[in-house]
Amino acid sequence: MDAVTTVLRLDGVDRSFGDRQVLKSVSFEVAAGRMTGFVGGNGAGKTTTMRIILGVLAADAGRVTWGGRPLDRQIRGRFGYMPEERGLYPKMSVREQVVYLGRLHGMTAEGARRATDTLLERIGLDERGDDLLETLSLGNQQRAQIAAALVHDPEVLVLDEPFSGLDPMAVDTILTVLRERAAAGVPVLFSSHQLDVVERLCDDLVIIADGTIRAAGSRELLRSSATTRRFELVVDTDAGWLRDQAGVSLVDLDGPRAVFDLAADTDEQPVLHAALARGPVRAFRPVTPSLAEIFREVTK
Amino acid sequence: MNTFEATRLVAAREIRVKLRDRTFLISTLFFLLIAAAATILPPLLAGGPSTVAVTEAAAGPLREAGLEVRVVADDAAAEQAVRDGDADAAVVAGPAVLAMNDAPTDVVSALSSAPPVRLLNPDAVDPVVAFLVPFAFAFIFFITSQTFGMQIAQSIIEEKQTRIVEILVAAVPVRALLAGKMLAGTLLALGQIGLIAAVALAGMAFGDSNQLLSLLGPAIGWFVPFFLLGFVLIASMWAAAGALVNRLEDISGVSMPVQLAVMLPFFAVIFLNDNAGAMQVLSYLPFSSPTAMPLRLFNGDAAVWELFASLALLLVAAAGFVLAGSRVYEGSLLRTNGRTSIRTAWRERETLG
Repeated sequence: MDAVTTVLRLDGVDRSFGDRQVLKSVSFEVAAGRMTGFVGGNGAGKTTTMRIILGVLAADAGRVTWGGRPLDRQIRGRFGYMPEERGLYPKMSVREQVVYLGRLHGMTAEGARRATDTLLERIGLDERGDDLLETLSLGNQQRAQIAAALVHDPEVLVLDEPFSGLDPMAVDTILTVLRERAAAGVPVLFSSHQLDVVERLCDDLVIIADGTIRAAGSRELLRSSATTRRFELVVDTDAGWLRDQAGVSLVDLDGPRAVFDLAADTDEQPVLHAALARGPVRAFRPVTPSLAEIFREVTK
Repeated sequence: MNTFEATRLVAAREIRVKLRDRTFLISTLFFLLIAAAATILPPLLAGGPSTVAVTEAAAGPLREAGLEVRVVADDAAAEQAVRDGDADAAVVAGPAVLAMNDAPTDVVSALSSAPPVRLLNPDAVDPVVAFLVPFAFAFIFFITSQTFGMQIAQSIIEEKQTRIVEILVAAVPVRALLAGKMLAGTLLALGQIGLIAAVALAGMAFGDSNQLLSLLGPAIGWFVPFFLLGFVLIASMWAAAGALVNRLEDISGVSMPVQLAVMLPFFAVIFLNDNAGAMQVLSYLPFSSPTAMPLRLFNGDAAVWELFASLALLLVAAAGFVLAGSRVYEGSLLRTNGRTSIRTAWRERETLG
């Protein structure tokens, strides 16, 4: 498969509820084999976007394509979806409802049973498989929810806040399963408002605020293209002299340790020379902004 | 996944879950017991022919009349048999009939010569039966459309309340979800009624009510299509009502109109069943025709073309309600914040993908 055929693409998607426009020309891509984090504050439009991808909501304008083809029910039937608002049938056993959901996605009875058994074992739920869902702990219910999204071996995964409410062990289990799927060539789009989680997990990043995409691309690219250039300097004596250096604005000064931003037209080498001229330099390095900082910058 | 296949899967799940529901199983069993008791017990309690204590000399005519004859030595022994409860009556010299406190009509008529009777309307229905049968029809329709309609609503609310509905809607057409639930409800309702009918028929055969059976036959035959369409009509209202709320606790708030739509026709048919004019009107109104029309047939008041006309009206009404119900269902299914108004649900549908 070449790159074009394995991309989930949103193109100029608009959506309003009444007078309120919640998505404004939303465009981005989710590439095969990549974990794409979808980040935004509450009400930014994450859930609406995902619902439009799954066809649960219709877009007012724009289009969504998978492998270059506009989505229809047939194609969406091969997507895996975990909605933000969780839930399965409380009075059905885990195994039975995962099989049922597999069959609703077009699997044969036998195929759905086999896939369910494998999956439940994979996510550590095989022993509780025949218990009613309502008797399971919340963490295990969450695992069952993942099984429900994965049972039909989807071509595309769209997960709305998949890690919220999970204990660290469950996060690791599910992350492993998702990474496997991504490694097998499945595009994985997952939303989160926990930036530290996304930072750890995603390859690509899409940032949305007020219904518009503010940034999209690989995590490294976004980091390096952040407009501010920040450095950390550690010397032996007080670093207060940095205040008078041209193009430098101090962010943090703690005796011999300083964090500063450089103006766009200033080179960092003269600053290093100035520091060396004053004595030994113990550390001098660029500070890559955290996702939280990037997020704050692109959404302000 | 096409709509047909999805509908089948959804219906299969609904039925499977229901057949494991203890409340459902117990209530079905309870209905079966009632049906068996109502058909078997009355003939048994009626007790068959009287037992007569009589001397061998006078036994002949009584035997011919099919009475149970208990031969005794003399009149004194015959009287004693009645006093001891060994016989219902005794025939002693005179001839005189002895009984404890209730004149035994069958014994009396066996000994008398009755004038010939010509029945002018031999098929006319016994007034007791004429009341009980309509009541039974109306009751069955009332109870089943209520229980199974309510179950459709509950199943819809459960899917909304647990939020699984969003996964379902992403996987299968919304229409298939609704159709599957309606299909399952209809099959379960028909299955339950079929069981009850089978038990009732077996009970009648057992209790020797074959004559009633032949009278009831056509009415029951017509009751089935009327019941089916009437049930679909009511079920689509329950589906819409269920889709409007998000929690099982809130269902009473929206179910009142549906309850009235079932209850008012029920009482109308019960209370007006001997008022020919009213029944004629009721037998055409879609909400009451499922019970009123088979009744008029049972009482011999309805022509065949009337049955077809009423059935056609009911079909149109049911189709209309299914369309309206599914539109409300589609429009409110994903609105999980509080109660949705019918008007919002109606408009919202256009935005579903």
